[in-house]
Amino acid sequence: MKNSVGREIPEYIEGYGQVKPFGGALANYGERTKTSVKLRSVKPGDNKLVETIDEVLDKVGIRDGMTVSFHHHLRNGDYVINLVMEAIAKRGIKDITVAATGIFKIHEPLVDYIKSGVITGISVNYIAPGPVATAISKGLLKKPAVLMSHGGRPRAIESGDLHIDVAFIAAPTADFYGNMNGVHGKAACGTLAYAVSDAQYADHVVAVTDNLVPYPACPIEISQDYVDYVVKVESIGDPNGIVSGTLTVTKDPVGLRIAKLAAQVIEATGYIKEGMSFQTGAGGTSLAVAAEVRRFMKEKNVVGSFAAGGITGYMVDMLNDGLFRSLFDVQCFDLKAIASMRDNPKHQKMSGSLYGNPHNRGAVVNNLDVMILGATEIDTDFNVNVVTGSDGIIIGASGGHNDTAAGSKLAIVVTNLTKGRLPVVKDQVTTVTTPGETIDVLVTERGIAVNPARQDLIDKLKDTDLPIVPIEVLKNIAERLTGKPEPIKFTDQVVAVVEYRDGTVIDAVRKPL
Amino acid sequence: MSKNRSMLIIPGNSPKGLQNAPVFYPDLLVLDLADGVPFEDKDSARLLVKEAIGFMDYENTQVVVRINSLQSGFGAKDIEVITPVQPVAFVIPQGSVEQLQDIEILLTESEKKAGLKEGSIGLIPVVDTVKALEQMSSLLNTSPRIKSAFFNAEGLAQELGIIRSKEGDEILYARSKFAMACRVAGMNSFDTSFIDSNDYEGLEKDCFKARNLGFTGKAAIDGRQIDTIHKIFV
Repeated sequence: MKNSVGREIPEYIEGYGQVKPFGGALANYGERTKTSVKLRSVKPGDNKLVETIDEVLDKVGIRDGMTVSFHHHLRNGDYVINLVMEAIAKRGIKDITVAATGIFKIHEPLVDYIKSGVITGISVNYIAPGPVATAISKGLLKKPAVLMSHGGRPRAIESGDLHIDVAFIAAPTADFYGNMNGVHGKAACGTLAYAVSDAQYADHVVAVTDNLVPYPACPIEISQDYVDYVVKVESIGDPNGIVSGTLTVTKDPVGLRIAKLAAQVIEATGYIKEGMSFQTGAGGTSLAVAAEVRRFMKEKNVVGSFAAGGITGYMVDMLNDGLFRSLFDVQCFDLKAIASMRDNPKHQKMSGSLYGNPHNRGAVVNNLDVMILGATEIDTDFNVNVVTGSDGIIIGASGGHNDTAAGSKLAIVVTNLTKGRLPVVKDQVTTVTTPGETIDVLVTERGIAVNPARQDLIDKLKDTDLPIVPIEVLKNIAERLTGKPEPIKFTDQVVAVVEYRDGTVIDAVRKPL
Repeated sequence: MSKNRSMLIIPGNSPKGLQNAPVFYPDLLVLDLADGVPFEDKDSARLLVKEAIGFMDYENTQVVVRINSLQSGFGAKDIEVITPVQPVAFVIPQGSVEQLQDIEILLTESEKKAGLKEGSIGLIPVVDTVKALEQMSSLLNTSPRIKSAFFNAEGLAQELGIIRSKEGDEILYARSKFAMACRVAGMNSFDTSFIDSNDYEGLEKDCFKARNLGFTGKAAIDGRQIDTIHKIFV
């Protein structure tokens, strides 16, 4: 069957189940019921502290077919997924589903567990290019991986679509009764926002820490009432892989040109205004957009309401300069962001659900004015791919892409028109991650295309000297520079299911030939 | 009428640079075969530049090619290969009356071979030696092809052993003389580039100084500098 963005998807996918086809970004709102939670109450005198991960596995009754979950705030420095999966594998347990918010290169050991059948399912909302992503693309995983968004995952957990048997929460700081935070300890990562739904809804919740502090830990981000066990390990992660020292604005002239154009679009469409809200990524060009927006805000003497998302030191500087009244932080990208979140009450944490869950009583993305997004590919219908690369191999997942695009009033994709000698604008993207109906503007170094559905933006931009062109013109320029690449050939085997934030299937990734 | 406020210099051996250069909208785009290209890349850069002029979307800018000097042994071949794709002008390093006269002859011949009208390709001498600076008025009158000249302070500083500064006090005389000579000859004058691409404030001050000395435009070594140059040289 074809879904509403024209993607051919099986009605039933083995290892995934019956497919609910994507029917439009706004098609699936309404009354919802949250799933119930099974827990074992803790009586006075009970001990939650456990000596080893192995002992925890006994306590939670780990067995074949379970789903274990992890968060990715330790990013490429995370030791916890590997530690836990090693202990599970040693027991000869099979058919485990790993429900991780993110998977990185450091998680390469999972590939062996995939091959041996210890891991047969993966659900993930961010996956870095690397061994696990490649293994999924090669069809080594028994069931198709499920690629979600940062808002879609908590939605799935809260609705019961994704049931977690055991949540292992890497905790840079914890006390013996399970109170946790991410702002202290040698593996400090800032907020633990992506783990909040796991803590609230998993059957068993385990805090894994290398910094056991006297009760009560302070501050508390995830509290004791959600936690069954606490286990101390030697190290939960490598600080060098967890955060960057300083993330800086790009010096690449083309990236800066794109950033300048994007900021001019924001200004010309009237979004540099008192109370504005803004989100951008941590990449050099995204930060360059922030720098240009900052300049406009200062010139116009504007104070924004909030900036949101993964937070960098650059956004902290904007907060401290009085350019925003508050930050909503779902992930700290650098040391400055961690310190700010710890010390400044205006720098607020938000859970993944609060950030982008479409089925709660209103996510932060709904109040976002301007969102700056990247793209691996974008098609002439403005559909965006951030999942598969030019060879059809998985290189990412939505993260907050389709959440923020859906929620924001002005979703701008910034990208070089060509990357690696390949055109970014195509007739049809390889994989749809974010539907074109939620993308408003594409900004490249060679021109700006406005989604024809946004006539209001077209009207506002038509009298500016910005290089506005139809998206087809950008496609033609790109193809002239690079040639039109041969389409990637795929087998029929579905290796990953791309879920839209509402749980419908927006696309299926097939194994490349 | 084409504007002549900025000239962006891009090394001719950089495919990425050649592809991206027009997005900065410089008034002149200088595809460099001389200083920016190492000896071993001279031949390949020449072919790359030729192909780029034929293929890339340079319609929003005036494409000129900085060839190697005739003394280097590469200059004549540069003229022969590039002339058929008809850049707006050749930029001639180590400009001297003698070299410009020799180039005039070579270029006329190349234009004829390529079926181009004589004089269709201009010349932009680079003043980067003391001798050229002192010959300015005769240099600018060497050929009717010359409509602009480019002051390259780095070459001059090297010759004189001058240590360059951001403020540029050490080149004040040379700049003044160059700019005035160009004014007298009614020609466009491009000031030397500002080396620190990350210092926008310094660039703006430098542009302002050059404009007040009589320059009509400025060279850039980075696309990021173009907007600032255009802000000052209007």
